[in-house]
Amino acid sequence: MSVTSITSSTTGTGVALPVVKAEHLGLTFSTNDGDVVALSDVNLTIEKGDFVSFIGPSGCGKTTFLRTIADLEQPTSGTLEINGQTPENARKDRAYGYVFQAPALYPWRTIEKNIALPLEIMGHSAQQQAERIKRTMDLVNLSGFEKKFPWQLSGGMQQRASIARALAFDADLLLMDEPFGALDEIVRDHLNSELLKLWDRTKKTICFVTHSIPEAVYLSTKIVVMSPRPGRVTDIIESNLPRERPLDIRETPEFLAIAARVRDGLRAGHSYEEVV
Amino acid sequence: MMKSGLNLLQSLLALLAGGMALCGLVGAAISADADILLTVTMGLGALTLVRCVFRPISLWLDGLASVLIALALVLALPRGAAMPGHYWFAMVSAWGFAWLFVDQLSGEIRRGAVPRKTMGLLIPAVFGVALLVVWEIVTRGANVPPVLLPAPSAIGAQLANSAPILWADFVQTFVKSVIPGYIIGCLAGLVVAIAVDRSPFLKAGLLPIGNFMSALPIIGIAPIMVMWFGFDWQSKAAVVVAMTFFPMLVNTVAGLNAASSIERDLMRTYAANYWQTLLKLRLPAAGPFIFNALKINSTLALIGAIVAEFFGTPVVGMGFRISTGVGRLAIDLVWAEIAVAAVAGSAFYGVIALIERGVTFWHPSVRGGRA
Amino acid sequence: MNRVLPILTILFAILAFWYAAAIWMNAPWQNILNGRANLENVPFLEFAQQTWAQDKPVLPAPHQVAAEIWNATMGLEFTSRRSLALHAWITLSATLLGFVFGTALGVVLAVAIIHNDATDRSLMPWIIASQTIPILAIAPMVVVGLGAVGLTGLVPKALISMYLSFFPVVVGMVKGLRSPEAIQLDLMRTYDANPWQVFWKLRWPAALPMLFASMKVGIAISLIGAVVAELSNAAGGGLGVRLLTGSYNGQTIQIWAALFIAAGLAAVLVAMVGAAEKIVNARIGVRA
Ligand SMILES: Nc1ncnc2c1ncn2[C@@H]1O[C@H](COP(=O)(O)OP(=O)(O)OP(=O)(O)O)[C@@H](O)[C@H]1O
Ligand SMILES: [Mg+2]
Repeated sequence: MSVTSITSSTTGTGVALPVVKAEHLGLTFSTNDGDVVALSDVNLTIEKGDFVSFIGPSGCGKTTFLRTIADLEQPTSGTLEINGQTPENARKDRAYGYVFQAPALYPWRTIEKNIALPLEIMGHSAQQQAERIKRTMDLVNLSGFEKKFPWQLSGGMQQRASIARALAFDADLLLMDEPFGALDEIVRDHLNSELLKLWDRTKKTICFVTHSIPEAVYLSTKIVVMSPRPGRVTDIIESNLPRERPLDIRETPEFLAIAARVRDGLRAGHSYEEVV
Repeated sequence: MMKSGLNLLQSLLALLAGGMALCGLVGAAISADADILLTVTMGLGALTLVRCVFRPISLWLDGLASVLIALALVLALPRGAAMPGHYWFAMVSAWGFAWLFVDQLSGEIRRGAVPRKTMGLLIPAVFGVALLVVWEIVTRGANVPPVLLPAPSAIGAQLANSAPILWADFVQTFVKSVIPGYIIGCLAGLVVAIAVDRSPFLKAGLLPIGNFMSALPIIGIAPIMVMWFGFDWQSKAAVVVAMTFFPMLVNTVAGLNAASSIERDLMRTYAANYWQTLLKLRLPAAGPFIFNALKINSTLALIGAIVAEFFGTPVVGMGFRISTGVGRLAIDLVWAEIAVAAVAGSAFYGVIALIERGVTFWHPSVRGGRA
Repeated sequence: MNRVLPILTILFAILAFWYAAAIWMNAPWQNILNGRANLENVPFLEFAQQTWAQDKPVLPAPHQVAAEIWNATMGLEFTSRRSLALHAWITLSATLLGFVFGTALGVVLAVAIIHNDATDRSLMPWIIASQTIPILAIAPMVVVGLGAVGLTGLVPKALISMYLSFFPVVVGMVKGLRSPEAIQLDLMRTYDANPWQVFWKLRWPAALPMLFASMKVGIAISLIGAVVAELSNAAGGGLGVRLLTGSYNGQTIQIWAALFIAAGLAAVLVAMVGAAEKIVNARIGVRA
């Protein structure tokens, strides 16, 4: 019953607010067999137009952090602001598109109907829907599969469809949780450069979880290295690579230098295993 | 409503419950024959309306109001005559308070403010008791003819009075017909399923027919069984066998195919023979399916035996008592018999569910807790 | 063909077994008859035919039942009291009426249960528990009770059918409406979808397979409910009454005919729900 009024604080033409601003953010899951600390003391600012990759060993809290931004989990300590608002209001503003670790397509809807789902919910006209479906399906190279059902597609195609669904409503912030994990190397390269082009063209802000160091370095302006339990940020690496990035930039010394730094950060995060 | 700390539904319920209590008070004031206890409790109920303007009150007070009003009302019920009109306000009020209490309590449980285990049980219990109370009040208060629906108190009295008859009926129907029929039918279904499982041809033929048969009104063979096996328990057991056989057959055949191909390949790498695979992999994997059939059958068996008795019995048995009781308009006895059947049925089911828990503890549906 | 052959084989085996059983079970009475008529040493084939043509056999032969079904449906005026078609129609109308209302009620209650915690916690345990009790046993009482207040004919029977079909639908629908996975609900949350949208775009389509599965159970049990309800009101007609009068008069052929008609009805009804399921599934694209 409680309708919280949505007062957007970004209306003024003052300084641009950070898209994501986390201060001393912590999240502890209390489960039947004790508490699990998933995030602790995370401080991070993401500016508009950033491409931020999150990298870290499995279980270190990357998904949890993304879900907290998306108001799917509530932080247990610290503060988190999205576009200067609470995560809840940002969600109600439809401020972001989310690509889950699994495709989460509806088996009873065709691919185009799946992409239409957010558009239907947000009340777009039929014509607008058709136009956007076509555009995003082209973008992820799925044209021709409009009338197929998800289970008639390969795992990688399903994941691309779920990316198309997140792109369909043009949110300024994209939260992507290992979106290309299920794809082969070539398609992955292709989608990586497509994603970069899209990012460059639309000036979107992207948060991107990955396990691949080259992918993180290739895509990002900022790489956040996380370490497991209790999930904390160990290093934030700013990339000085140009916005324009051909695929063969991956062989340049600058690229390799950044990659080496990320690897070192990851190693340091893993070292706890030797101690324990 | 802002002061009450309730959501919309709860606010409406609070208004309804308190308002009805107020109406009841007014009604009592106007009419000559006001019951003192009831009037006092309704005054209490009307007092809860202060929450609208003053401050929230504890949900336990709502619960208390419900119990007190209901209790006073049941005590005030006149014998053999309809109750005064304004008593109905009290009933609605008590119901409203009970609902309000339950709604708030489940909110508390969800918030984790009260222990889930005990309070989780309280809610369905409140519902059950509330139903019984309303039943009692409506049947006696409106003077409903007992033929249509006797009051729970009358049924309870009958249960106590006719205990020997009910026990004899229970033994005849449950112990002599249901149990043997159930065991034979389930065992036969299991054995046939394992037997046909080796032959894809037989399986392909029997499975659709078995599925088909499970949907048929097999209960209709009761008159035939009575002709073949006589009036006594044997014919009822035969009906039960026929009713329980097909669900068991179909479920077991499906269950024997439930093991995944990886698990089966594993047995192949061990060069396990047919019986080893059956005993070590496929039967355990079929466990949940077999128990599903056992549970379905527990209800079917009781229904089969009771309905079969409608077609002819010696002068004892639950079905016999129900059909003749209805004919003689001894409805109290019929309801008592139904209460026994209900308890027996749930207990039967409960025992099987307990065994299932112990045997198929590994299955997600059991591990998850909630069925 | 691959799937039909095994079924036909089994059906044929059943038929053969049935004829053999008919000889065996009817033989004692036939021997008595033949003894009275001073017939001795009847050749086996002739004896078999005799056992398949008795008036009130212990087990009627399949063709006797088939002939009775034919005569009692096609051979008689629909309005005749002995027409099986009439009795089948009486049962069918009660079944359908009860089934439709039971399903509607079940769906509505399931929706209430998944949207309100208190309803869920207070009702669900009782609904599950009441599935384990032999509800059918109250059928005669409901019929007689309602008859006492002047409600006779279709309504009491339909009420019992409704009551019976209601339970599987509630339980199935609650399961179905709760079946969407957490990730799918999260997705809807990221869109800030309202409860109405979550229901129509996610929960309802996800629950449809369960709805049809429970409707199949529900319609079969509705028919059983109608038949059993008829046992307590012999004047009202219906297949149950045919079973009852047949058993009083020892008219075994009549019993078997009524039984087969009831079975046929059940099969047709379940098949109709199945067909509706196929159509809906094809439209929403559930894997066949
Ligand atoms: N709902 C939950 N309840 C309890 N603990 C949880 C829950 N979700 C996540 N966790 C715990 O929080 C920690 C972080 O999980 P998270 O899913 O964020 O990891 P991740 O970095 O995304 O891992 P991966 O790379 O494998 O996807 C893990 O230890 C996990 O067990
Ligand atoms: Mg993850």
